[in-house]
Amino acid sequence: MPEFITQWLDQHEIFNTLTILHYWDGLVTTVQLTFLSLIVGLIVAVPLALLRASGKWYLSGPVWLYTYLFRGTPLLIQLYIIYYGIAQVPGIQDTFWWVIFSEPFYPALLAFTLNTAAYTTEIIRGAITSTPRGEIEAAKAYGMSWWQRTRRIVLPSASRRCVQAYANEVIFMLHASAIASVVTIIDLTGAARDIYSRYYAPFEAFIAVALIYMALTFTLVYGFRRLERHLLRHQRPVGQA
Amino acid sequence: MKKLIIAASCALALAVGSVQARDWSEIRIAFDVPYEPFEYLTPEGELTGFEVELAEAMCKELEAKCHFVIQAWDGMIPGLLARRFDAIMSSMSITPERAQRVLFSEPYYNTPAAWFAKTSVDIDVTSREAMQGKRVGVQRGTTMDTYVTENLTGVTTIRRYTTAEDMVLDLEGQRLDLVFVDFPVGDQALLSREGYHVVGEPVQLGEGVGVAMRPRDRDLAEKINAALDKLKNDGTYDAIMKKYFSYDIKI
Repeated sequence: MPEFITQWLDQHEIFNTLTILHYWDGLVTTVQLTFLSLIVGLIVAVPLALLRASGKWYLSGPVWLYTYLFRGTPLLIQLYIIYYGIAQVPGIQDTFWWVIFSEPFYPALLAFTLNTAAYTTEIIRGAITSTPRGEIEAAKAYGMSWWQRTRRIVLPSASRRCVQAYANEVIFMLHASAIASVVTIIDLTGAARDIYSRYYAPFEAFIAVALIYMALTFTLVYGFRRLERHLLRHQRPVGQA
Repeated sequence: MKKLIIAASCALALAVGSVQARDWSEIRIAFDVPYEPFEYLTPEGELTGFEVELAEAMCKELEAKCHFVIQAWDGMIPGLLARRFDAIMSSMSITPERAQRVLFSEPYYNTPAAWFAKTSVDIDVTSREAMQGKRVGVQRGTTMDTYVTENLTGVTTIRRYTTAEDMVLDLEGQRLDLVFVDFPVGDQALLSREGYHVVGEPVQLGEGVGVAMRPRDRDLAEKINAALDKLKNDGTYDAIMKKYFSYDIKI
């Protein structure tokens, strides 16, 4: 940081250079944790949603069980089970898994990914099953195979229908990532809790972090609005930008 | 007439109160129960514990008649300032924030903080080289957290926990090499089991626990300091401490 900024900051009792850097580290961790889990979750969710919408019980059954387990329990409990539970498995410390699970980041990433994948699967499945029957029948009449139909007709139209619901899921996930601090990760909330307990200043510490979360949320809302306009551009009246 | 009677009785009550407060032949002391083994109720409903016995010995020394009051923690300082009792002897740590509102006696006990680890871990906790890269657990916002943050930032990986239970679980699961906690907490949670030990010497952090009084009652504070000092030196304190603790909390 340039010196004049650090000098100016150090005049402030709570928001000094150390505190700001702590918030910055927290912001980086929150963004990494949220977006990695969302990206992996989305990649997993598309095939799962296709299985879930396939109409064959032996394909959709296991996916149904998975989404209901993860949507039926609180994320905090899932995180506790994955973080503290796995450490209690006898002998886990001697296997290569321990390289991953000895750090708090990867168990939290796993819990968040499994959770968001479950919700996203159901969101996409809903969009897939509500594809107008006529579109599929027309594709069949053209002699398209299942894969061609899915790729050319079902997924593009489903993506238009689920973008709003998925935007909500992304925002929920960002807010839900606040619980990462219970497993000692210093995300934004963890940083705020450290600063709160160091200066006994709950208002300053938590209002500052709330503003950062809000800025992130509004950036996401704006991004998704642009995406939605792009995906639904064919529905706009002719002659409008 | 009615108003006059009320005013007169108020004045009388105040006068009686201030007379009582001045010669300190009667002292009301507040405790928050249960906080074993410092203050708790026996199954028969009798108030006892380390601080209660120390208070009894102190009152004997002061030749004062003591009344013990049970008061919930969050109403402690307000109750003291509202004259519902004259002193607090309920494990109240001396902090600058509290010292702005109440007058503290000299500290009469301090539980040390100590490093705990698996028996296989035995290092010199005072050496920065030996601590290099170790994963250390503390409870967030405690004096232990402050100590580790000030002395070991950049040397060790510091993990901060909300509860002691979570921290103990991670020590058990080998996510932590060492934890730095209040000795009584570690004693109860870790030393009661196989395979854990104290690493290095326990450390005294903070200023300890003192008797809290109203800032204006300087005369009472002087008397209490003198009495506590005598108890610490004539062996009474040690006798009471040995009844409740297997380790030293004297300060």
